[in-house]
Amino acid sequence: MSQSALTETANTLAPDGLQGVVADWSSDQRAFKRVPWGKAMIWIFLLSDTFIFTCFLLSYMMVRMSTTVPWPNTSEIFALSFGGEPIPLILIAIMTFILISSSGTMAMAVMFGYRQDRVKSAILMLVTAAFGATFVGMQVFEWTKLIVEEGVRPWGNPFGASQFGSVFFMITGFHGFHVSVGVVFLIITARKVWRGDFDTNRRGYFTSRKGDYGAVEIMGLYWHFVDLVWVFIFAVFYLW
Amino acid sequence: MAHAEGQQHPISGYFKVWGWLFVLSALSYSVDYFQAESYLRWTLILVFMMMKAGLIVAFFMHMRWERLALSYAILIPPVLVLVFVFLMTFEADYTFFTRGSFFAAGS
Repeated sequence: MSQSALTETANTLAPDGLQGVVADWSSDQRAFKRVPWGKAMIWIFLLSDTFIFTCFLLSYMMVRMSTTVPWPNTSEIFALSFGGEPIPLILIAIMTFILISSSGTMAMAVMFGYRQDRVKSAILMLVTAAFGATFVGMQVFEWTKLIVEEGVRPWGNPFGASQFGSVFFMITGFHGFHVSVGVVFLIITARKVWRGDFDTNRRGYFTSRKGDYGAVEIMGLYWHFVDLVWVFIFAVFYLW
Repeated sequence: MAHAEGQQHPISGYFKVWGWLFVLSALSYSVDYFQAESYLRWTLILVFMMMKAGLIVAFFMHMRWERLALSYAILIPPVLVLVFVFLMTFEADYTFFTRGSFFAAGS
């Protein structure tokens, strides 16, 4: 416990503002004060993931700016009609609202986790997972419609610039994969919280380490990041 | 057992941010629905995008309450990527120009 006593003292002494940045970065032991190592690591991972998605979106920008053939109109391609006139981009709008709802429930799950309210936290995580699974399901519907009915392929499509297909499948596919992985980990984390692993100090199956409710926040950071990436994809790919 | 390192904030703040995210999403969708064009469209899309991203990172991901050492380490690198964006716009313009002058038929 002397270890944590030491860090506590360091924390109370650490100045705020720019001086704090300098003090933290030039200090012994660790640069990220008041942050558990797991959280610092997920942030570093998310930063690297940001670069991956940036590269995808940049290549999309590059391809779209440099093609001499008109870019397909996403507003019409992703329109759906419920009996009457087709509503532009409605499928993507619904997916956006689903993902934002899931982000909200995840934030609540983190909050209840830190309040040691494990039942509420686990249920909210399962709700988040259900939203995520719905999102992936709608994406499967979208892909099927585009591939089977419209004949969109990575090397060509009937609407315009042939690069549309490869960009679409790469970006939404990679994002959908992130969501799917998130759903799996949400279920795993929800099970741990539900069982009370973080209250009984039960050791993890793979790591043999004791966990704490910070695990819920780490899960939350990943999930919010997936939502964040969708904000960018929605804006620059679907709306542009 | 309860450790002081956890992020604990009142529930009302989360609901407010949640509500704003819904409003901003509806607004960005309406940009397409009402067929706003050209510079107005791009400006609105980017503004709503950055507002949503900011709300998610600041409140849902708790960046607002972290120490600056972590915030800067995570937030500055993506901003520097803008240099990459500028480089690629020049490159794309150049490719477009060469395609236009050498493949008059298109593709």
